Amino acid sequence: MDHITAPIEVHGLTKRHGHVIAVDALSFDVQPGRVTGFLGPNGAGKSTTMRIVVGLDRPDNGGTRINGMPYNRLRWPLREVGALLETKAFHPGRSARGHLGALAAGGGIPRRRVEEVLDLVGLTNAAGRRAGTFSLGMAQRLGIAAAMLGDPGVLLLDEPANGLDPVGIRWLRDLLRSLAAEGRAVLVSSHLIGEMALTADQVVVIDNGRLRADTTLAALTAEHGSLENAFLTLTTNGEGGRDGDRDQATDVGRIPTRRNP
Amino acid sequence: MSTVSTHDRGYGYAHAVRMEWIKLRTLRSTRWTLLAAIASAIGIATAVGASEHTDPVSDVTNSILSGVAPGLLLLGILGVLTMTSEYSSGMILATLAAVPNRLRLLAAKATVFGLAALAVGEAAAFLAFFAGSAALPQGQPAPALDQPAVLRAVVLSGAGLSLVSLLGLGLGAILRHSAVALAVFVVGALLVGQFALVFAPSAARYVPLGIVANSLAVATPKADALSPWAGLGLLCLYAAVALGAGGWLLTRRDS
Repeated sequence: MDHITAPIEVHGLTKRHGHVIAVDALSFDVQPGRVTGFLGPNGAGKSTTMRIVVGLDRPDNGGTRINGMPYNRLRWPLREVGALLETKAFHPGRSARGHLGALAAGGGIPRRRVEEVLDLVGLTNAAGRRAGTFSLGMAQRLGIAAAMLGDPGVLLLDEPANGLDPVGIRWLRDLLRSLAAEGRAVLVSSHLIGEMALTADQVVVIDNGRLRADTTLAALTAEHGSLENAFLTLTTNGEGGRDGDRDQATDVGRIPTRRNP
Repeated sequence: MSTVSTHDRGYGYAHAVRMEWIKLRTLRSTRWTLLAAIASAIGIATAVGASEHTDPVSDVTNSILSGVAPGLLLLGILGVLTMTSEYSSGMILATLAAVPNRLRLLAAKATVFGLAALAVGEAAAFLAFFAGSAALPQGQPAPALDQPAVLRAVVLSGAGLSLVSLLGLGLGAILRHSAVALAVFVVGALLVGQFALVFAPSAARYVPLGIVANSLAVATPKADALSPWAGLGLLCLYAAVALGAGGWLLTRRDS
């Protein structure tokens, strides 16, 4: 990995949690100018991969780079990468404005960006309220505002549609599409296959920590008939052959974990 | 989109300090806790001062300064929570996204919180001293700040509050869970002293609460306690060890 091949590079990534292999020799790149959907059943290793990309967890083997650098060596991390990894990554007693103001100070970002991103996510009127009083959807919008604070060229969003209402989901889809159209690299994981089929250009499918597909949405859909069929065929969650029973499996069968509450 | 010039050294300690300072200012609960530390010091010092009996050998300064004891507990707990609430709320993800260098982050937290606790600790100690002195019964000789030993007792009491709060911050970084860290802090820094007084009186002098009460807050050094400066040094050592261990663990553990 000497030259930069993509804004996000995942190379030979392996991560164990005790005896369980969460990510197993995973490699893929995320290119600019498109939305890359990151799909896989629960426990497939999506969140673990994203946590390693932003330097929260250390890999056992392999590595990840953003714009050619490990995350913790970026000079201005928030200006290069925006990440939304959990719905609630804020102190409940602090206002949205205070939260974003603190992050802006840490990231060397002008204060006026705080008002700009509050406006972008539609939280201007709630900006002075304690964020602990926010609904799930508002909390998610605050997380998206924090990710957009540094106007970054790379975005990683783990389940950003969580808690958003239909209007919010439509708004998020348009936002992600326009961010990609501006030339940013956008990696977004979701359990909502139908939503992903409307949002993504590129699709990375993983299962048991291993890469199962890394191709365009068009190619995957052409081969399997639909993204949902592709997902169920490529991952063990589907077990194959019981498509009718598994229409809502991705949401109904969702098991809360510490990382994915 | 932002572009990054090649001559730019990037974010540093100063950015982390500014971030932590805004975090400290924007929590209402923090402000109330700091105010409570000062108010309780004044209240208790007034009560202690008013009930002081004429006794030529007693250290009136030491009695009055016992008012800072609740503040010691409050600031220590606040120190623990300043770190552990990052983990319980999920804020740590946002914090480390902005400042991925763990040591820089902890240094900034310790600087901001330590200085805030020092300012509040000194305010609590001086106000307790004035309030307690003013409340002394008529005829009771009042200590004065122009006596070097008295000034030292007041200043070191305030410093002791700051050092104990940094010990709490370090414990929070080591243990990360609020309940566990608070239990260890309250038992280790405070309650152990009460047991030590009964079972191992010679060990009580090394317990943080005992150091502040019997080594730092004294105009007349006590025979069975560490000297003021030795006590201050030991508290500095406790805080440094806790922060050092916390920093070492932060850089090695998954967040």
